[in-house]
Amino acid sequence: MTKSVMIVGVGGQGSLLASKLLGRLLMDEGFDVKVSEVHGMSQRGGSVVTYVRYGEQVYSPIITEGEADIIISFEKLEAARYAAFLKKDGKIVVNTQQIDPMPVIIGAAEYPEKVLNELTDKGCCVEALDALSLAEKAGSSKAVNIVLMGKAAKYFHIPYDKWIAAIENTVAPKFVEMNKIAFDLGYNA
Amino acid sequence: MKKLMIGNAAVAAGLHDGGLGVVSSYPGTPSTEITEFLSKYDDLHSEWAPNEKVACEVAFGASLAGARSACAMKHVGLNVAADPLFTLSYTGVNGGMVICVADDPAMHSSQNEQDSRHYAIASKVPMLEPSDSQEAYDFAKTAFELSEKFDTPVLLRMCTRIAHSQSVVEAGEAVPAVLKDYTKNPQKYIMMPGNAIRRHPFVEQRTADLAEFANDCMYNKVEMNSSEIGIITSGCSYLYVKEVMGDSASILKIGMPNPLPDKLIKEFAKKVKKLYVIEELDPVIESHVKALGIDCIGKELFSLLGEFSQGTIAKAFGKEDKYSVTADSVIPPRPPMMCAGCPHRGMFYTLSKNKITVMGDIGCYTLGAVAPLNALDSTLCMGASVSGLHGFNAARGNETEKKSVAVIGDSTFMHSGMTGLVNIAYNATNSTVIILDNSITGMTGHQQNPTTGYNIKGDPAAKVDLEALCKALGINRVRVVDPYDLKACETAVKEELAIDEPSVIISRRPCVLLKTVKHAPSLKVESDKCRSCKRCMGLGCPAISLKDGKAKIDNTLCVGCGVCKQLCAFDAIV
Repeated sequence: MTKSVMIVGVGGQGSLLASKLLGRLLMDEGFDVKVSEVHGMSQRGGSVVTYVRYGEQVYSPIITEGEADIIISFEKLEAARYAAFLKKDGKIVVNTQQIDPMPVIIGAAEYPEKVLNELTDKGCCVEALDALSLAEKAGSSKAVNIVLMGKAAKYFHIPYDKWIAAIENTVAPKFVEMNKIAFDLGYNA
Repeated sequence: MKKLMIGNAAVAAGLHDGGLGVVSSYPGTPSTEITEFLSKYDDLHSEWAPNEKVACEVAFGASLAGARSACAMKHVGLNVAADPLFTLSYTGVNGGMVICVADDPAMHSSQNEQDSRHYAIASKVPMLEPSDSQEAYDFAKTAFELSEKFDTPVLLRMCTRIAHSQSVVEAGEAVPAVLKDYTKNPQKYIMMPGNAIRRHPFVEQRTADLAEFANDCMYNKVEMNSSEIGIITSGCSYLYVKEVMGDSASILKIGMPNPLPDKLIKEFAKKVKKLYVIEELDPVIESHVKALGIDCIGKELFSLLGEFSQGTIAKAFGKEDKYSVTADSVIPPRPPMMCAGCPHRGMFYTLSKNKITVMGDIGCYTLGAVAPLNALDSTLCMGASVSGLHGFNAARGNETEKKSVAVIGDSTFMHSGMTGLVNIAYNATNSTVIILDNSITGMTGHQQNPTTGYNIKGDPAAKVDLEALCKALGINRVRVVDPYDLKACETAVKEELAIDEPSVIISRRPCVLLKTVKHAPSLKVESDKCRSCKRCMGLGCPAISLKDGKAKIDNTLCVGCGVCKQLCAFDAIV
């Protein structure tokens, strides 16, 4: 059975590294893997989504509504934007950071502050954490992606050591220690 | 060894391992990474050309010289390279030649949704279309043999979902690049009427030979499962079909959409009760199947618009799973926008404030069209800002010459803005062209171009002097302005519009995302001084927002460009 993971956020937040790490880890675990990335115009501060799918044999590289096992969101509003993609009993792991989109900035729309509660009320399993603070605690706001991977790790049934090895294989050597701390902070959050 | 690769990386590896000698391309999403990955090899020549026509002609020259050659471009890039393509079909090749073209169904980063397969049919050139990275590797690698065997360039069609999806690739042995002999052969390579007339029958015979080859080749595959439902499909649609239908339908997977395998299609159609054709964009395969006199279901069920997914197939075959949950609140859209500190912002603010009519072009600065700047009036294709402005002014004369401009980036100006500027000088409208020179090709992810002083490998290269170039093209008034200086922008725009001769303003400051650009400390708002006038909000800077009626600057985004500070009448931004 193919598993579907979505990594969503705002262009520039570093979701490509998260998908690279996850893709590599899952391939090393013996799965067939497909990862669909976003390049070009939408990277400029727009809403971005990366699809990661794994299983015995994966055909489609993308995910449709009602299909995602896990949504890992780098931002609150983006979690809600893609909630329709979640399958029944799927999980949302979300960074509580709020980044205003342009329609909110210019006052043409309102940021729905309580949007995560709405999803919980409808039976969604939402695990929210302040990944930005944890990343800063680890040493860099850029480590938000690894904090979130740490938090989501338990849903993948892959041993802890394999995650750490994947970080060592994916991240530039000088950032490995900091990212290991970030992973642990998410893992234990 | 197994590796996860995006389709474009797999194309690059396939071309390299197929013995590529020369690649020349112009960047364009979703094709750019093919050439970026190729530039990492030192055993071949790689380059960014000023445009796709040049790139395709470079690949032609390299092929003529005996090397295996390639060029890569996005779908609309093939419009630019169509001129060499159609006659390359007549000349054929010496070294194998592959033209990679990447379509963008759903327009993730494009101005239209055209289907490149029409070009293969119109130019009578074979086209291959992979469905995943492994096929991208295999098809790219074997395309050279196909090209040399049939004496033709080969089109390799990608689409966004194949180009930018990683899947597992097992690469084979690399074929060493060899240089075939070059022998002068005017009858084959000089396409004047007397020779071209003799080449045309060759082209028709070649198409017939390729169509025969297509019936039994590695690119087209039949998977017989059911005699009830048969599906002819290709590219990423094949993946969605497999995902939903599994082994419950028979499939004819087309990996070579031109020429199509008539015999294979007829045999397949005979074996199934109900035949579907599932393809994104235009009914290319469907029309062909119907022309063979075979009844099939296609575009009445599967849209001409956008891209498909497994959901599209599930819906069509009544296999939909209805579950989905949504939040009650309205989710505001998050469109892409110009970055905090983007050097284009100051110039667009100036144009918007002065209600100037702006003919736009293709690049990051197309984002000047979005609120609150709303600065653009048109965007058509690469270079159309400059030539379009001339036409606009030719039609309306003095009335618009005084209040309209063209904006075009440095790379786009090199691509196809220069010829339009020559036309302005030659055919004399008092047009004002603004070159937004951010010293890089921005939107596609920072590729070098002839104005940056560096080549694809990052080595120093000849640098086009834009001021001297514009003067040489016949424009006497050329001035440079710093877009971070709002007053200077306004003066330059007003003066050049007022004057009765053509002019160029070079709005020059490097892209703020370049690693070489040093950022100033972030600015902040002294809230007691802020009078909530919202003037700074008119810039559409993502770092500035309103909190409790007062402006607030996000210090993680602000790069201290100081444009907002110049706007504040109360000195609240420090």
